[in-house]
Amino acid sequence: MKSKKDLAWMFCINLFISAFTFGGGYVVIPMIRKYYVEKKRYFDEEELMKIAAIAQSSPGAIAVNMSALSGYRVAGRAGLAVGCVAAVLPPLIILAAVSAVYALIRDNAVVNAVLKGMEAGVAALIVEVIYDMYVMVFREKQWFFSLMAPAVFVLNYVFKINVALLIAGSVFICILKAGLARRKERRTS
Amino acid sequence: MKLLWEMFFTFFKIGLFSIGGGYAIIPMIHEQVVLTYHWLSAQEFTDIITISQMTPGPLAINTSTFVGMRVGGIAGALCATAGCICMGVVISCGLYRMFSRFSGSAYFAEILKGLKASSLGLIASAAVIILCLAFFGGAAASTGSLELRAVLIFLVTLVISRKFKLNPVLLMILAGVLGAVLY
Repeated sequence: MKSKKDLAWMFCINLFISAFTFGGGYVVIPMIRKYYVEKKRYFDEEELMKIAAIAQSSPGAIAVNMSALSGYRVAGRAGLAVGCVAAVLPPLIILAAVSAVYALIRDNAVVNAVLKGMEAGVAALIVEVIYDMYVMVFREKQWFFSLMAPAVFVLNYVFKINVALLIAGSVFICILKAGLARRKERRTS
Repeated sequence: MKLLWEMFFTFFKIGLFSIGGGYAIIPMIHEQVVLTYHWLSAQEFTDIITISQMTPGPLAINTSTFVGMRVGGIAGALCATAGCICMGVVISCGLYRMFSRFSGSAYFAEILKGLKASSLGLIASAAVIILCLAFFGGAAASTGSLELRAVLIFLVTLVISRKFKLNPVLLMILAGVLGAVLY
């Protein structure tokens, strides 16, 4: 169990992260990595990938699942609650404010320029994380999984296959693979 | 009271069925919020998507806050948002505990490896979509519509991030400032 200080830190950092997740929940991954893995060393990269994979395979917003899970990993249920609330508060407050002045900012040239810049920035951050994560998968030297990531990419991006279907499919294939491996083991022993 | 419950339950369903996040759930939100309950008009719904693109936070959370505020004030916003996130958090927490408890099992280890690999593929797919939006402004990819300024911001952010390990939040601000200067 972590101290109150850790919880307070997580609350603030999650507020901060959530206020800057422009361009979709995936930006949360590099942010959690920066603060939880590199700065505080609460857990390692391997664990980060596990949390990211589970957050993505569950229903709901990836950003919220991700902060809730990393909170849970560090401080149990209290961390889960802290991560959840801190992830939801900034969009709640910002949106309430923005919906009031929406007409004013919709056509503002500066706002739009800043957003365009951030879009390109988000893309860069995500590309970096993908690269690092793929290197980790690749280092395990299991061709099956090294090929699985690009295969899922192609199926989703090119063939527009539904995400839920792809996740279910990869679980099914892995069970099959583990089953076959066990059978082979039995036969040889 | 009935209204709050209705909102909670509607967004509960939306949250439960939005696997993978992002824009895949727009049709479902549209159907529930505009067609079934008439909480928003079609124009308001288009606006909320634009707002979501210019504010941080997941689309489903933004929509639930917006609809909740409109229909039931702050209590409405809280109910709708709570409904939207609760199943995702409960399920992901359950899965996490399951994978941690059975970490010795060959089956669970393989499934987790598979999920890691496939989620990587899915993230890559989202990244390409964002890249295309940034580089080609949503138009079809061709050399004519390529936004060199966006490519420049992308490269600058990428290099600074890799070389100096700068804070992602600072990088986002930097990208925003570059955008304001270049566009």
